[in-house]
Amino acid sequence: MGMAADSEFHVLAVDDSIIDRKLIERLLKTSSYQVTTVDSGSKALEFLGLHEDLHDRIDQNTPSVSPNNHQWRLQEVEVNLVITDYCMPGMTGYDLLKKIKESSSLKNIPVVIMSSENVPSRISRCLEEGAEEFFLKPVRLSDLNKLRPHMLKTKSKDHCKEQVDEKTAFPSPKQEGKEESNNNKRKATEEGVSPERTRPRPRPRPNGITTMV
Amino acid sequence: MDLVQLQRQLVEYRTSLYHEGFLDEQYTQLQELQDENNPDFVVEVVSLFFEDSERLLNELTKALEQQSIDFKRVDAHVHQLKGSSSSIGAQRVQKVCIAFRNYCEEQNVEGCLKCLQQVRHEYSLVKTKLESMFQLEQQILSAGGSIPM
Repeated sequence: MGMAADSEFHVLAVDDSIIDRKLIERLLKTSSYQVTTVDSGSKALEFLGLHEDLHDRIDQNTPSVSPNNHQWRLQEVEVNLVITDYCMPGMTGYDLLKKIKESSSLKNIPVVIMSSENVPSRISRCLEEGAEEFFLKPVRLSDLNKLRPHMLKTKSKDHCKEQVDEKTAFPSPKQEGKEESNNNKRKATEEGVSPERTRPRPRPRPNGITTMV
Repeated sequence: MDLVQLQRQLVEYRTSLYHEGFLDEQYTQLQELQDENNPDFVVEVVSLFFEDSERLLNELTKALEQQSIDFKRVDAHVHQLKGSSSSIGAQRVQKVCIAFRNYCEEQNVEGCLKCLQQVRHEYSLVKTKLESMFQLEQQILSAGGSIPM
């Protein structure tokens, strides 16, 4: 008793192998984390609320929506850490890492890379790009003990910025900079659009996603 | 056979699988992740491995039957099989996959075909052995006993 339950930490695990997804999920749940598993980098980004091409789906009547680098946060889900396989078809774990670190809303989420191959240049490339850890597969429970400090760091940051969140609930594009501080707790805000929207807000739940509680 | 004999038989069988290299330390890790709340974890993961491996072996057979073999594609499948066998501790399957990947890199058809045959064989062996072991475990549980570690 005593310690705050780690189930307040939510980990997003990304791996194209169904066996490895099952394994990492069990490892994470054994360590008392909440887990969501997805089978690709693009689904991970969707889950994190990062739709770079969403501007295409918006009708012409919404002005001041810049197509590039525009991050729409459709889901109010807090992810405290992303753990991803390196070798995946399409978007690799490295590509995913880059996209997360390049995103103003997601860059503070710690990312851990897993790989079955011990390639020093690969490891240093990932660490240089901002990965917190690089685990060789098969991943062990002992490896996961290294995760908690990374998640704790971001958690305390979030808590302090709670006040700021409410004031910037509907920011204009110019104020986007201020939103950078509440990276992990994303609100379903839409910049440049008035609150009295007539269109329903889409909340897509892509396939291939299992959220475990 | 009584419960104690069954349990002894299981331990002996399991030990032999490690000695003969069919299973390695990773399988032990899987067992350690199983508990009262997740009593079927090992069987579930291994079942996924069986399904996935059969799919990959079929893909490999098809890919190597082509007039013009796409070695990158063959290698991608072997890489997946190597990964999943490693994840469950199926050491002998994993080892053949390593040799298999080398032949892919060399674009050596003969070598690849040989490895495909070998990997099918090793997979079928480990599948039979794991299924036998699961059956033994089930017998013990049905007799009201617990699985010795």
